[in-house]
Amino acid sequence: MYRWIWRHLPGGTATRSGLSLLLALAVAALLLFVVFPWVEPHLPFTAVTVDGR
Amino acid sequence: MTSTEAPAPPAEWRRYGRTGGDRWRTLVSGLGQTLLTAGVVLLLFAVYELWVTDLFSARDQDRLADRLQTEWTAQQPAAGVPTSPAAVPVGQPFAVLHVPRLGEDWSRVVLEGTAEDQLSQGPGHYAGTAMPGRPGNVALAGHRVGRGSPFLDLDRMRPGDPIVVEVADGWFTYRVLADGQDPNGVPGSQIVSPADVEVIAPTPGGAPDAAPTGAYLTLTTCHPRYSARQRLVVHAVLDGPGVTRAQAPDGPPALTEG
Repeated sequence: MYRWIWRHLPGGTATRSGLSLLLALAVAALLLFVVFPWVEPHLPFTAVTVDGR
Repeated sequence: MTSTEAPAPPAEWRRYGRTGGDRWRTLVSGLGQTLLTAGVVLLLFAVYELWVTDLFSARDQDRLADRLQTEWTAQQPAAGVPTSPAAVPVGQPFAVLHVPRLGEDWSRVVLEGTAEDQLSQGPGHYAGTAMPGRPGNVALAGHRVGRGSPFLDLDRMRPGDPIVVEVADGWFTYRVLADGQDPNGVPGSQIVSPADVEVIAPTPGGAPDAAPTGAYLTLTTCHPRYSARQRLVVHAVLDGPGVTRAQAPDGPPALTEG
C-alpha cells in the first residue's frame, strides 16, 4: 500500500517525501478531529457516572 | 505518472520469478504494513484521549465561563444568603466549582446533566439531585482522564478539604467528610460499583426517594484511572449558610486556606 502511494506520487525523492509527510499529517488530523470524536462515545472506557445500568 | 516512470523491480523479484515467493512476499509485507498502521492509529487514539480532548474541553470551559459571567452580572445582587436556581434545563451552565486541593485556582463550570454531551464540556450535575445550598445531595460527575481531566486527582481529597460552589449571587462552602463524622454514617470517600446509585441519594447511601436529612455534595468519577470498572466517590457536607457576593467579592476564606 505504502509502496503504491510512493510510486504514484509525482516528482523526485524530495518532493515525494514532502508530499508523504503532508499526506500523513492530513490523515492524522482527519483521525484526531473527525473520526475519533465520532467513534469515542461508542466505546466503554469514558463512563464516570453511577447510573444503575 | 505513467508506469514507465516507476522504478524497476528489485533483482530478487526476478530471481524468485513471479510465482509462489512473490505472492508470499506481498502477503507478509501487506500484513506487516497493516499491523504497523493499526499500531500508529491506536497510538494516535491515546494521544487524542489524553491531550486533544483537553483542547476541546478548555475551549468549551472558556465559552461557558464567559456565558455565566454575562448572565450573572446582569442579575441583581442578593442580600442575606445566596440562592441557587430551582431547576436548570439540561445542558445549561449554572455554577462554578472551586476545589483548592485539586490545584491552585482550580475551577470548572458545572452544567446540568450527566450525558457525554455535558461531561465533555465540564463536570455535570445529576438531574434531579439537589441544587447547591439546598437540603439533599448535590451530585456531580466529572471525567478523570481526558476532557480537561477535571477529577484526575480526586483521590487526593482529605477530610475537611473545602469544595466551594459559586452561584449567581454568592458562594456555598462544602467540606469533605471525615469517616465517622456524619450522623448518617456517610463516609468521606468510597469506591463503589457503577451500579451503586445510592451514593447520589438525598442522604448518600440511603433510599433514592427518601426525604433529605442534611445538605451534602457528592462527586463521582471513574476508578481506577484510565479504567471505567469502578467509581470513586467523594462526599462533603455544607459548612454554614453560604456568603453573598456583596459579603465576599473574592470568595469565601475557604478558597485561600491551606
